Amino acid sequence: MTVDAVARPRAGQKPGHVPGEPGLWVLVFGDLLVFGVFFVMVLALRGQDPAEFVAAQQTLHVEWGVLNTIVLLTSSLFVVLGVRRAAERDPRAPRLLLAAVACGLIFAGVKAIEYTTLVQDGHRPAGDEFHAYYFMFTGVHLAHVLIGMSALLFAARLARPSFTGTHRNGALEGIATFWHLVDLLWIMLFATLYLMH
Amino acid sequence: MTTVTHTSATKSSTLVWAALVVFTVLSFALGGEEMITHGTLAAAVVIGIGAIKIRLVGLYFMELRSAPVVLRAAFEVYCAVLFVVLLGTYALA
Repeated sequence: MTVDAVARPRAGQKPGHVPGEPGLWVLVFGDLLVFGVFFVMVLALRGQDPAEFVAAQQTLHVEWGVLNTIVLLTSSLFVVLGVRRAAERDPRAPRLLLAAVACGLIFAGVKAIEYTTLVQDGHRPAGDEFHAYYFMFTGVHLAHVLIGMSALLFAARLARPSFTGTHRNGALEGIATFWHLVDLLWIMLFATLYLMH
Repeated sequence: MTTVTHTSATKSSTLVWAALVVFTVLSFALGGEEMITHGTLAAAVVIGIGAIKIRLVGLYFMELRSAPVVLRAAFEVYCAVLFVVLLGTYALA
C-alpha cells in the first residue's frame, strides 16, 4: 500500500490504490463482459416470446433467489470487515472470513435445492431454452462461488495475525475483490432470471 | 485515531449493506405482477436498481471509490452501459 502511494503521486488528488493485483482486474472486467452477454441473452430470449418466458419463469421460486441475494450481500460485508481487521492484525479477522464461507455454503445449498426441485418437476437443463439458460448461467456463477469459497478458506489462514508472509494484504484484497465480483454478478443474474417479466 | 476511522469505516460498510438489502426487497416487490401491469417503467426500475446495487458493491466493497481514476471510470461506464443495453433489449427485443 505504501509502495503504491509512492509510485502513484497525483497532483491535488488522493493517490489511487488498485485493490489486489492490477492483473486481477483484467479477469474482473473479462467476467463482467461475459456475464453482461448472459444478461442480454436472457432479456433477448424474453423478447422472442414474453408469455412463454414468464410461464417458464414461474417454475422458479423467487423467494429462494431473494434469500440467496441477501446471503451473498451479507457474505460480502463479512469479507469487507474481515480484510479490514486482518490489515490491523485483529485476531477476529479469520472468523469473519469463515463466516463468509458459511454464507457461500448456504448459497450453494439453496442452489442445490432449486436445481433438484426443477429437475424433479421435469425442467431439465436440456429442456426448453429458458431452463437451458438458467442452468448454464447460474451453473457458471456457482462455479465462481465454489472457487471463491476455496480462496476465502485460504484467506482465513492469511488473515491470522501471526501470518508473516509478504504480499499478505495484497492477496487478501485480491481474494476479497473476487468474492465481491461473485456477489455483484449474482445481483443482475437474479434480476434478469427471476424478476424481469 | 485508528479506532475512530475503523469504527466509521465499519459503519459506512454496514450502511451500504443495509441499502443493498433494502434495494433487493424493493426490486422483489416491483418484479412479477407489477411489471406485467406497468411494463417498461417497472422494468426500468428493476434494471436501474440492479445497476445501482452493482455500482455500490464496486465502489464501496471493492473499494473502487479510492482506486485510480481509469479503473473507477471503466467500472462506472460498465454500470451505465449495462443499464442502457439491458433496458434497450427489454424494450426493443
